[in-house]
Amino acid sequence: MPDMPHRPHSAAQQMPDAPTPPARSPATLTAPASAPTATRRRVVQGLGTGAAALALSQAATAPSAQAASTQNTLGTQPPAPPDAAGAPHGPRFFSPAEFAFLRAACERIFPTDALSPGAIALGVPEFIDGQMDTPWGRGELWYMQGPHRPDAADNLGYQLPYSPQQIYKIGLSGVITWVQQTHQAAFETLPPETQDTVLRALEHNATQFDGHPVSLPAKTFFEQLRADTIEGAFSDPIHGGNRHMAGWLIMGFPGARGDYMDWVDRYDTPYPYGPVSISGESAEHG
Amino acid sequence: MAEKTLPPVDVVVVGSGWAGSIMAKELCEAGLSVVMLERGGRRSTARDGAYPSSLDELEGAVRYKLFQNPAQTTVTVRNRIDQEAVPYRRLAAFLPGAGVGGAGLHWTGVHFRAPPQDLRLRSRITERYGRNFIPEGMNLQDYGVTYEELEPFFDRAEKVFGTSGEAYTIKGKKTGTGNVFAPDRSDNFPLPALRDVYTAHLFRHAAAEAGYHPYAMPAANASQPYTNPYGTQMGPCNFCGYCSDYACYMYAKASPNVNIMPALRRHENFTLRSNAHVLKVLLDSTGKKATGVVYQDAEGNHITQPAGLVILAAFQFHNVHLMLLSGIGKAYDPVANTGTVGRNFTYQNITNSTVWMPPTRSTDQFIGSAGGVAIDDFNSDNFDHGPLGFIGGSPLWVNQAGVKPIAGAKANIPGVPRWGSAWKKAAVETYRHSFTINAQGSNMAYRDVYLDLDPTWRTSYGQPMLRMTFDWKENDIRMNRYVIGQLANVVKALGAQDAHYGMREPGKPFDVREYQTTHLCGGAVMGEDPKTSALNRYLQSWDVSNVFVVGANAFPQGMGYNPTGLVAALAYWSAHHIRTQWLKGNGGPLVAL
Repeated sequence: MPDMPHRPHSAAQQMPDAPTPPARSPATLTAPASAPTATRRRVVQGLGTGAAALALSQAATAPSAQAASTQNTLGTQPPAPPDAAGAPHGPRFFSPAEFAFLRAACERIFPTDALSPGAIALGVPEFIDGQMDTPWGRGELWYMQGPHRPDAADNLGYQLPYSPQQIYKIGLSGVITWVQQTHQAAFETLPPETQDTVLRALEHNATQFDGHPVSLPAKTFFEQLRADTIEGAFSDPIHGGNRHMAGWLIMGFPGARGDYMDWVDRYDTPYPYGPVSISGESAEHG
Repeated sequence: MAEKTLPPVDVVVVGSGWAGSIMAKELCEAGLSVVMLERGGRRSTARDGAYPSSLDELEGAVRYKLFQNPAQTTVTVRNRIDQEAVPYRRLAAFLPGAGVGGAGLHWTGVHFRAPPQDLRLRSRITERYGRNFIPEGMNLQDYGVTYEELEPFFDRAEKVFGTSGEAYTIKGKKTGTGNVFAPDRSDNFPLPALRDVYTAHLFRHAAAEAGYHPYAMPAANASQPYTNPYGTQMGPCNFCGYCSDYACYMYAKASPNVNIMPALRRHENFTLRSNAHVLKVLLDSTGKKATGVVYQDAEGNHITQPAGLVILAAFQFHNVHLMLLSGIGKAYDPVANTGTVGRNFTYQNITNSTVWMPPTRSTDQFIGSAGGVAIDDFNSDNFDHGPLGFIGGSPLWVNQAGVKPIAGAKANIPGVPRWGSAWKKAAVETYRHSFTINAQGSNMAYRDVYLDLDPTWRTSYGQPMLRMTFDWKENDIRMNRYVIGQLANVVKALGAQDAHYGMREPGKPFDVREYQTTHLCGGAVMGEDPKTSALNRYLQSWDVSNVFVVGANAFPQGMGYNPTGLVAALAYWSAHHIRTQWLKGNGGPLVAL
């Protein structure tokens, strides 16, 4: 649809003197701070523990009507977001063994601690699983044609012939075997300190994993996992991670509010409101 | 795959970004039939900037929704002439656009005029410091056009873009508290400056305390509702912080889509074709006259569009690529030092520093706009380079266009692990309490930094890829380190708790893995000498007189300021001379040899 030359100034409704945010803003879905809704109370309480947050996911992430309009042409969103039906599901792309590693590794990269729930409670593994079935996951957003020069200087960028899907398949297969050989146990059964030692070894490229036609350096796999964990923790919940906006809450990021007209030059007051998501979910800072 | 030839038109414009949209509008106004070819898809703010779905960091800034997909076409990169270049497979260092509006849809909106001395930098340096001040191997050149000549066109562009800013002098008279180093203006900005966000406010006061001259950055983000000379409307910026990488849902950021396309579409003599990837410009048997272009459509058909005038207005390096693929002008050879197409390829020399404020106050980095506060005390030739021995400079600024949490969390924090609880804590504290100061510096041109065709890799269209040979040079590394040294005075006055100074490291090559800037310049530069420039001062090819090449490709060297303001002014300048001279003549060169 073309931009209209004389579109009405709906934007002007957001002038500082406007009493309420525009009707289409999810901010309107936020109840006044003095009267928290049952949903938000549960969200806030749910952030206390990963298990509670998971249990409450159905109630707290009920999509609003707006969610239907958020499907995009790029296909960033997985075809069916995790928890869309309210029931936990297994991975769609990863095998159970791969997913067990992925869950445990994401949780060490973004751990449960005093600050917040960890990657598992945030739905990061499910986010990564969902991202595999997107144009990006299939490598359609990278130049993949050969010839490939895996030995080119690092500063000239990624030169392997592998898509994100392939990086995960090769990396997970390799690391599961490697951990079994070096620790005689599955990664997810190791104590957290030992898991950290393994991840540090990957980060420092202590090994490489068999792939055809070239091997995959451990650090390439680790960097992909780290980047995707961060993206799962901090992207909009419509992508399946950042459940209950727990990632945004620790950062103090207001999400899709997208209107700071009244707060630009209040130099003595930090911005006070909690986040809203694209689907209209809201939360308050704890 | 079918081949087809369409009926001829007066003008083909390649690319629908700022340069192409301005040229198309001007030439439609002149009564010519214009076909605009855009290699990407249709885009509009109504769809691509819809609220709230477009406020999506993963889709916008991580998966690059509005950008060129390297799977279709990319470049190869190397640092040195004796290396093999390899493909730029994943977007990172620079982010060219694709789709209607081009990079003009996802830019931030920082809108500068060029410093007058930058437009005649070789003359200026020679006059002030002597000819021997220019290092061996540096291709320092003048643009061949002066600020005074371009001033009406800078003014025109600001009015079309709805630019917010504060003047310093208008017609020689001091009128405001704007940039003391800014050149004189014929008129004020169309809109007052945007308000300072908190971090810009901090920077403004600290810079003044350090003895420098802070000013509000001019921004093509409307500070108030605005109707431009084409009758298109902008809403007021509400500082949502989704500027860079996004279409502005408020219609507050100028874009070709908002500011020009609605008016362009009203011309019956205008046709826009998207998903039309131009493969080459067709030349007649003499090689001195273009007859049109051939493009590939979405179905893979090869379509010939005959035209009397061809405007190349694709992204900087795509313009150069098309010239090389079409045989317009002579390809540059750095060894023989002959040819001009590919010569004087430059970038921009940007480094980012982080300051951590005390934890008593959040920096609210998510609030943002294209505005901000800058100092020009170390930009351009605003300071004495004599004792320093380098050429060029860099503004310093807080240009907080909204930091979102994925970008915040991915930032490397010196001295802190990159994952785990200690990282989480540091990432949260950094996001909440720090902010970034950019030094966006000039980048000079060098004999062995250039563009040509790659011998190995091909685009998805089967054509040789463009090859970049680029590295940082001593002059530019020293400039950056000097300017960052001066930043310490500002940081001291800020009362910052900690600071990390980002600066060029000698011996560390250009790295494609880190985003730096999309301000790539040169490769088909304008000038007064056909031996050192591909285009004359009207952006007309010296070799094929019915081809004009409009964009940052025309800059002989990279400047400290953002390029779009100069690109837009040069487009209006070029269009003006096509309308008033070229169309009235015989279609030949506007500058006689």
